[in-house]
Amino acid sequence: MSFNNLDQLYRQVIMDHYKNPRNKGAIEDGSVTVDMNNPTCGDRIHLTMKVEDGLVTDAKFDGEGCSISMASASMMTQAIKGKNMDDALKLSQAFSEMMLGNDYPDDLDLDDIEALQGVAKFPARIKCATLSWKAMEKGLQSEK
Amino acid sequence: MNAKELKKYFPILDQEVNGHPLVYLDSAATSQKPVQVIEALNDYYRLSNSNVHRGVHTLGNRATDLYEGARDKVRKFINAASTKEIVFVRGTTTALNLVAQSYGRANVKEGDEIVITLMEHHSNIIPWQQLAKATGATLKYVPLQEDGTLSLEDVRKTVTPNTKIVSVMMVSNVLGTINPIADITKIAHENGAVMVVDAAQAAPHMKVDVQQLDCDFLAFSGHKMCGPTGIGVLYGKQHLLEDMEPVEFGGEMIDFVDLYDSTWKELPWKFEGGTPIIAGAVGLGAAIDFLTEIGMDAIEQHEHKLAAYAMDTVTEIPGISVFGPKRGKDRASVVTFNLEDVHPHDVATVLDADGIAVRAGHHCAQTLMKWCQVSATARASFYLYNTEEDIDRLAASLLKTKEYFSDVF
Repeated sequence: MSFNNLDQLYRQVIMDHYKNPRNKGAIEDGSVTVDMNNPTCGDRIHLTMKVEDGLVTDAKFDGEGCSISMASASMMTQAIKGKNMDDALKLSQAFSEMMLGNDYPDDLDLDDIEALQGVAKFPARIKCATLSWKAMEKGLQSEK
Repeated sequence: MNAKELKKYFPILDQEVNGHPLVYLDSAATSQKPVQVIEALNDYYRLSNSNVHRGVHTLGNRATDLYEGARDKVRKFINAASTKEIVFVRGTTTALNLVAQSYGRANVKEGDEIVITLMEHHSNIIPWQQLAKATGATLKYVPLQEDGTLSLEDVRKTVTPNTKIVSVMMVSNVLGTINPIADITKIAHENGAVMVVDAAQAAPHMKVDVQQLDCDFLAFSGHKMCGPTGIGVLYGKQHLLEDMEPVEFGGEMIDFVDLYDSTWKELPWKFEGGTPIIAGAVGLGAAIDFLTEIGMDAIEQHEHKLAAYAMDTVTEIPGISVFGPKRGKDRASVVTFNLEDVHPHDVATVLDADGIAVRAGHHCAQTLMKWCQVSATARASFYLYNTEEDIDRLAASLLKTKEYFSDVF
């Protein structure tokens, strides 16, 4: 298939998170709830997180959107679980830099998230990738 | 008319995008501009730029003649009785807000009703929501038939003697539905309401005759009909506009100014506060000349054929669902669709990689998206420069999209 540049966007691991989202759903007794949408395209996310003693002990998301926004949400919840709030927010900062095509700290364990690097080359899709991260930031900032 | 020949007038279409010749299928968002319009703007700034309605000097007169000449072109284009009925505004949104804020605030009170439909664009919803909230009036929606059309029976049921304003889009930017405006206007008038028409998706594509429609207000944008951005038109019946107060106050719209009171210029200038959108109006005039020379009937026929061809070609792709009136029904050249399992953003990104520009999202019609039971859709919209080959390219690329996503999964 002659879509080579697209392969940078739609990496296998992204499609796997899209098809088999991790942490899909809502935490019944979640202490932090954030609803966010992208008014220009209709993507929306409902994020619930459990924060105990400054530690994100659980995170789940619900919502609808494209492969990039949903895969990103799945990866984000996976990455922040078990992290303290500061580290989660640091990760979010690194993710923003990645989306802008900038350098980001290399001492962070980004794991699957690195697959989203290619999004930086598709400016129209950056907002899709950052939606869930913005929701997480908002939730944790209000919790601090 | 020959679309392939007409395409040559649009320099922007002659380029490659991501290594493929551009196929522009997003004219419902904004149309491309022919050289005639680009040159009119260029000439205006090179030769005639000056402020209007004040200069004794030659350039001032020239700019005024061009600006007012454009107003007369608009008048003829929609067959209004007088240029007093043609107000230049920024676009359809501004025009509808002007009606809501001026006519609406003066004539709608608590207990009255404003009637719109479930298919409206946000620009024909929010001004009325705000008016209803400010006055205590009730906002009512005419429901849609299963195929995305309106039934006059439903209009009759929704519009009552308490209704003061009925506002309906002439052509849907999502469903492609063409609404029976003249019939709806009759129902509005029988109940003593004024009829407002959002013609943003109609004026570029078909003959719009305000006297034949008998509507009271009609709004459209220049940029969707080969003209520049930032210029639009509010048509209003003279006797209604006469009684309306301006919503913007300042220079250009005044007659006499005293310390504590002022009087307004006559129509249409009392609604055009500040230095007007002169170059925009000149560009719109050039666009109208261009469209008129081709002929609105020819454009409508061409697009009718394209719409039918697109419906035939696109609906044949397995897994495609198309919204709005079905194949064979009269519809405008807008095809909104979803490809099973593939989100519209992903569809649009893959098509873009093939050089094809379509819109993905809610198309400024969130209430309609809810009715369609989706959060977003993809939309291909056509204009006079599109050809059947463009639609073949779309169909081929959609098949590739489907394949690509079944490959990567």
